[in-house]
Amino acid sequence: MTDHDARIIVIGAGHNGLVCAAYLARAGHEVTVLEAAAEPGGAAVTREFAPGFRVPACAHLLYLLDDGIRKELALDKHGLRMARSGLVSIGLDPDGGHVRIAGASVGGVADADQEAMQAHHRRMRRFAHIIGRLHNRQPPRLGTTDRRDLASLARLALDIRTLGRTEMREFLRIAGINIYDVLQERFENPVLKGALSLDAVLGTFLGPRSNNSVFCALHRLSGGGDYALPAGGMGAVTAALASAAREAGAEIRTGSPVARILVDHDRVSGVELDDGEWLPAAKVVSSADPRATLHGLLGARHLEAGFAHRVGNIRMRGCAAKVHLALDGMPEFTGLDAAGAGERLLIAPSLEYVERAFNHAKYGEHSAAPVAEMTLPSLHDDSLAPAGQHVLSAVVQWAPRNLKQGWADARAAFLDTVIDTMARYAPGIREQILHAELLTPEDIERQFRITGGHWHHGELSLDQFLMMRPVPGAGQYATPVPGLWLCGAGSHPGGGVMGSAGRNAARAIVGSNRE
Amino acid sequence: MRTVRFDRRDHYRHKVFPSPFHARQQAHNELKVWSRWFDYLSVPAYTCAQMEYFAGRNACGVFDLTPMTKHRVSGPDALPYLNRLLTRDVGKIRPGRVGYSVWCTDEGQVIDDGTVFHLREGEYRICSQEHQIDWFLISALGFDVEVVEETHDVAALALQGPTSCATLKRMGLDGIENLTPFGLAHFDFQGTQLMVSRTGYTGDLGYELWIDPGHAEPLWNRLFEAGRLLGIKPMGSEALDLLRIEAGFILAGVDFMPAQQTVRPTHTRTPFELGLGWLVDFDKPVFNGRRALLAARERGPRYRLVRLDIEGNKPAHHSYVYSTRNKNIGWVTSAMWSPSAKANIALATVAAPHGEPGEEMRIEIYYQRELKWSRMMASARVVEGAFYDPPRRRETPPLDH
Amino acid sequence: MAKQYDAIVIGAGHNGLANAAFLAKAGLSVLMVEKNPYIGGASVSRNLYKDWIYSNCSYVCSLLRPEVYRALDLARYGLQVVPYGGSVTLTQDGDYLGSYIDPDASRREMARHSPRDADAEVRYWRDIMRQCRFIRQFLLRTAPDPTSFKPRDLLELLHLGREFWKLGESVMYDTMRFYTMSIVEFLDEYFEHPLIKAAHAGSGIIGSALGVMSPGTAYVLLHHAMGEVDGTAGAWGFARGGMGAIAEAMGACLRDHGGEIVTGSGVERIQVRNGRATGVALENGDEYTADVVVSNMTLPRTFLECMDPADLRPDFLTKVRNFKIRGSSGKVNIALDGLPQFTALRENRELMHTDMHLIDSVERLERAYDDWKNGIWSQDPYIDMLIPTLTDPTMAPPGKHFMSVFVQYVPPKVHGRDWTDADRDAFGQTVLNQIERYAPGFKNLVLHAEVRTPRELEAEVGLTEGNIFQGELTMDQLLFNRPIPGYAQYRGPVKGLYLCGSSNHPGGGVMAAPGANAAREILRDLRKPNTVPEGWLDD
Repeated sequence: MTDHDARIIVIGAGHNGLVCAAYLARAGHEVTVLEAAAEPGGAAVTREFAPGFRVPACAHLLYLLDDGIRKELALDKHGLRMARSGLVSIGLDPDGGHVRIAGASVGGVADADQEAMQAHHRRMRRFAHIIGRLHNRQPPRLGTTDRRDLASLARLALDIRTLGRTEMREFLRIAGINIYDVLQERFENPVLKGALSLDAVLGTFLGPRSNNSVFCALHRLSGGGDYALPAGGMGAVTAALASAAREAGAEIRTGSPVARILVDHDRVSGVELDDGEWLPAAKVVSSADPRATLHGLLGARHLEAGFAHRVGNIRMRGCAAKVHLALDGMPEFTGLDAAGAGERLLIAPSLEYVERAFNHAKYGEHSAAPVAEMTLPSLHDDSLAPAGQHVLSAVVQWAPRNLKQGWADARAAFLDTVIDTMARYAPGIREQILHAELLTPEDIERQFRITGGHWHHGELSLDQFLMMRPVPGAGQYATPVPGLWLCGAGSHPGGGVMGSAGRNAARAIVGSNRE
Repeated sequence: MRTVRFDRRDHYRHKVFPSPFHARQQAHNELKVWSRWFDYLSVPAYTCAQMEYFAGRNACGVFDLTPMTKHRVSGPDALPYLNRLLTRDVGKIRPGRVGYSVWCTDEGQVIDDGTVFHLREGEYRICSQEHQIDWFLISALGFDVEVVEETHDVAALALQGPTSCATLKRMGLDGIENLTPFGLAHFDFQGTQLMVSRTGYTGDLGYELWIDPGHAEPLWNRLFEAGRLLGIKPMGSEALDLLRIEAGFILAGVDFMPAQQTVRPTHTRTPFELGLGWLVDFDKPVFNGRRALLAARERGPRYRLVRLDIEGNKPAHHSYVYSTRNKNIGWVTSAMWSPSAKANIALATVAAPHGEPGEEMRIEIYYQRELKWSRMMASARVVEGAFYDPPRRRETPPLDH
Repeated sequence: MAKQYDAIVIGAGHNGLANAAFLAKAGLSVLMVEKNPYIGGASVSRNLYKDWIYSNCSYVCSLLRPEVYRALDLARYGLQVVPYGGSVTLTQDGDYLGSYIDPDASRREMARHSPRDADAEVRYWRDIMRQCRFIRQFLLRTAPDPTSFKPRDLLELLHLGREFWKLGESVMYDTMRFYTMSIVEFLDEYFEHPLIKAAHAGSGIIGSALGVMSPGTAYVLLHHAMGEVDGTAGAWGFARGGMGAIAEAMGACLRDHGGEIVTGSGVERIQVRNGRATGVALENGDEYTADVVVSNMTLPRTFLECMDPADLRPDFLTKVRNFKIRGSSGKVNIALDGLPQFTALRENRELMHTDMHLIDSVERLERAYDDWKNGIWSQDPYIDMLIPTLTDPTMAPPGKHFMSVFVQYVPPKVHGRDWTDADRDAFGQTVLNQIERYAPGFKNLVLHAEVRTPRELEAEVGLTEGNIFQGELTMDQLLFNRPIPGYAQYRGPVKGLYLCGSSNHPGGGVMAAPGANAAREILRDLRKPNTVPEGWLDD
């Protein structure tokens, strides 16, 4: 057996690909990471979108990165530093009645809501913890007699049971329903409810009234709920991961787009690059999304039909757009001081507002009055903009991938709508804009090679969670094709700059080698 | 000329439609009883099922096959597509040849069985018992292939029995005697193409004739003219059923449940459990059900479909099967008294590990005499192969029987 | 001193009557109290116009558990259920998708729109029937409390787990997905044609405060598919003489076993003494006492309107207030001077005997839901209508017809305020105009129309907020969560108080299962012989 026969190829140098490569290399494997772009980073990159202005191009807040990964890969040693952590979420009110949410404490609301928030937060954290504990485990299969699968199920049951009778009942009651009903039960202040509902629907094809949104809220909270801005933008995270992977012995080849995954008889034998080069490998691990990997790079013909059909049914309709503004100064938000502007700003003034914004997505339209999650990272990190000037990075919804009228005709109008919406809260902002960039899901799909432009490589919902993520039959990182593995956000535990999918996949691969 | 049209809203006025052979069938149908086969009127028996059965074993019988579900597969990827769809190696079915196969779900459970006709290089017809277009199109993802259902565009007759070859010769199909079993050939028939395959569902010498529906009646007429002195008879579905049981052939929905319609999870079967393991070619790198079937082969079957030779003369319809220790181990799915083998025969499903060839079993048979029901326990033995297997089935050229 | 009963059952709807009948069969002295001067609740036949009989609430029968039908001998007490078979979905452009009793005709009809979908229907029904088969076995069982360590709960939980496990690996995943998906997402995995999807999607939202694109609606579909008529799974039928025939038969059974029924006065208060329910005080001042009080009323009506808050714990009351019971449907019952002419069905009378739907895309259905969210009845409503008189000759004079029109969506309040008569009339016009679009001249045939919004449903039948299921069918209110966690075994928070309405497992529809299940629990507590049948097995 030659060395190359033992090589493992990782497709994609996004955070999950890099984490997977680092762990595989640390376990002694020969690992080559192939990245299509000129730099590693995938969707976690910082790039210049206007002269002198740099911005996290896709994901812009760090809140789910696994602590274990950060420590085990010594990311801090590899240069990862937070420009700011513990960001407060501020629910913006057009009239200045902003609501400040810092964990369990909330400002700008009546006493009753403050009290309710204490209880609500404590509860949600506990429930999120149950989901968080699943992040670093390989999902069990059902119906097997495998001891590990049964133990894993038993552990989940035990986790739920140890909540105690009251909390267990509450967990079983709300885990499958929508955030609208839960918030209506507990709170009064519309801005607070709007802001909390946004956390349940950001990055999803769900409105506050859609069931599954409580689950999404819990998933978001499952990393602890602390929002941070890495120094140097999101690209700093992947830069540190790349450095850690290289140190562990992994080779990272950028500018090397994979054209297809090679199959020899019934197992994977390597990859072919766009330029025609063949790279043999014993195993191929893809951090690309499951549909791009299985239908695109591999080809449905190498799969059994029922499985290929299921892969085709994965819901991955991206609906979050990214807006980047280069600003000629500090924007002024009505009723918000300069320090406040550096926090996580949410445009979601009421549940009804958010639900109405979502309604459009169902019909292939973009929101007429969109919701947004905004940050001004240059306030904390002067490497991102020239002195005195700023960048604003916003996730904006809903902007469905398959817009009925097509994005070519709609993008100018949508960007205008977004800026108008922002101007309701920061009236002078339009005049401060030096340059504006809109990345629709279509752009994200093209630039970052994510099918549907969906950040999470597939909706986060109960029917696409745990062993059903991305689809039954590939829920344990191994695909049905021997030698082909998945390690991206399309696999458990899903999206967000977390890294757990990469590490779980690496563990599964290492484990399979031992057997 | 299709006789069934879906594009018209008023189709509901008829719950069943005439086959392209209907006028001729009607003329022969002395019993005036009709049954339904999906969209078409079908004849259970024209005069007497038993006499029609004997035509099939002694002379030749004609059965209208038009209602059978037919699909056309074509396009550059037709072969790789079929190889992924079916369990057997379709590459071995050369142009002008026909093969029997099954196809499975990812879980290795049989969806249906059918015949694959390699019409000409890269173009295939699949005939099946059930409608399959949903599954065939699901399976087409990732292949450059066109799959359409053509049930109503092709009229078909089965001509089965010892004088079938002679009849076709008399009809002027030159060289038909050189057609080997599972071969197919094309002939000119009144300006249109007539395809003849040496296939059938009777385990005897026999052919199937395929033509456009507009030429259906002339074909029938010519055939009966040619066979007039050779004992040709129209044959109904009851006779055909007797013939296929004697041949040991299984029927979807009777001897096994098609997986796409099976609600109860354990009621489906793998090819191994139907005795069709020989159709599974694990040398192929990928086909639907391969992984599950590899595991199933390791694990061994849960059930076996067996052919039983039963003591006595009382057909074992709907009977329970017991082991010699009187444990209930299965049930009969098809049963008859075989006039050709002169034996009491049945197809049955038994729980593995039962069902080894030669194994003795006991069958609980209920039978009625002048309204009074009686029960008997008959001993039975698992046998291999067809219950009736005449050498003429394989002869090329066939002797004039 | 009034007579002391063994049990008082409040509310003579089908669940209350079934409950009372099972208790009476066990030898208990039972009193049924009903606020309306007639029995039936939402399973009722009303004579509101000349010689017409309206099934003015529920209008078709499929879910009624056959075990209950048989155990209560309802056939002997006069109940006859006649299947009608089939359905039709009419489109705005004058076409339709019919479903016929004849499976081949149905397949051809579907193939007329999409041959692929016609075949996919086989796979679709296999998967739906798998889910029905799984759920059906739990309908006549009490849900386990997953937090309990009692042997009975643990065994029941184990049973549930084992039945789930028996589905096999891939069907287990299918099942978990099924319960959390939207009906549209589910249908997308089978069908390609918009009309075929729309025709299937309607069942996913009937009675529900969800849209077809809301996750969780695939289960609601199941709730409409798990019934049967004479063993034909998924079939629907008419109760001869209207839905009141079901209640009448149950009432006759109850009386035959010595039960008494008092109608015409509602319950003012469920009386509690020393932490025990002791009886009821009626609005007319009458008082009755009993060892056991069973409420067939909705959860909020029972605890927020008919009990003294002092008798209940505050946290329990909070949970009751949070119980989701938003109404989403309305009803228009129409006396017709003759048969309407639907443009699409001018040639096809056969389909007029069936369940007729006005919808042609899931997007239209979803937009109808958006109106509801905005606090207004759907301006382009989804309509599910039947003309029972084409099957049942007893409900209108010869040549005349009764038409039952079920409408979705209709909010419990209009823009946050109560319904007014003017609102109701405007809603009625919206519905009549919608039908007129498909059947020109229809309005001229209308002799009388009874328009029922959630307000009327609540006022007459007692369905809080007009929710026809006595509580929404979402994950937080199903199985051991129904009606609220910890109270899913038909026992109220006060000793001697039981719940038997559709607010309880397994929920709404004229099923009689909650009533039967509650009776079993009551008899168990009273150590009386059980008269409630077990579910018929299917293996």
